[in-house]
Amino acid sequence: MTEFEVAMPLAGGILIGIAAAMMLLFSGKIAGISGIFGGMLFQQGEERTWRSAFVAGLIAGGVLLYSINTEYFENSSGRGLVAVTIAGLLVGIGTRVGGGCTSGHGVCGIGRLSARSLAATVTFMVAGMAMVALVQPLYH
Amino acid sequence: MAKSNIAAFLCGLLFSIGLGISGMTQPQKVIGFLDVFGEWDLSLAFVMGGAVISYFLLQLWIQRRFSTPMLGETFQIPSRKDLDRSLIFGAVLFGVGWGLGGYCPGPAITSLGSGSVNAVLFVVAMGMGMLLADRVISPILTHQALKS
Repeated sequence: MTEFEVAMPLAGGILIGIAAAMMLLFSGKIAGISGIFGGMLFQQGEERTWRSAFVAGLIAGGVLLYSINTEYFENSSGRGLVAVTIAGLLVGIGTRVGGGCTSGHGVCGIGRLSARSLAATVTFMVAGMAMVALVQPLYH
Repeated sequence: MAKSNIAAFLCGLLFSIGLGISGMTQPQKVIGFLDVFGEWDLSLAFVMGGAVISYFLLQLWIQRRFSTPMLGETFQIPSRKDLDRSLIFGAVLFGVGWGLGGYCPGPAITSLGSGSVNAVLFVVAMGMGMLLADRVISPILTHQALKS
């Protein structure tokens, strides 16, 4: 095991939890990013508008973070354009078929004590660990 | 612009700040967290822990204190309890993609704000994957489930 941080990950995690809870408090919606992004692409009218506003907020936050410190977006993973494209395709299919991602299942779902979300989260974590075990040697 | 859209924008903004300061927008950190057999970096477990615990407590308070959302008509909470093949199959594909690229949807969209070409490609491919899921893969899974 390598050295790990506690304070910033914990603070960031709490902010994520607060942001997701605010979404519930104000609009009554679950803050699942894959669902919000997919709905923005495939739905119409008001259903599209609020989702677009949320996605715009995510990107605006990215612009803000980048202007404060570009290290927030450091990428030394070694993953090239082909790998990220295949990864994006798999994440798109998987989150749509499985009904959620790290935020919808992992944070909001487990935070509501949903058995479905717990099962999904354990599954995607184990699958992610298996994939990293398989491909990580190629990147060293 | 309706208040609910402004609220959605602000929630997205806060969410992405949380992702950024926690380290989720750095693919090598995500991969490090998943690299349990290699150089395991436990940092992101604290992101998940902090987010789940704070959301759990806040949603409990919201559900008890409010009968409707402040800017909406009803709480739209998923009610399904069954575990089905789509859920698990989808989660496997998502996990494989997550481990391959080091991005899940939120951090990838946030990273668009940094102008990262990797993030742009990932998000475009993710949209195409979602289209493929809706048009081709989910209909096949539903059809098979009905037959069996």
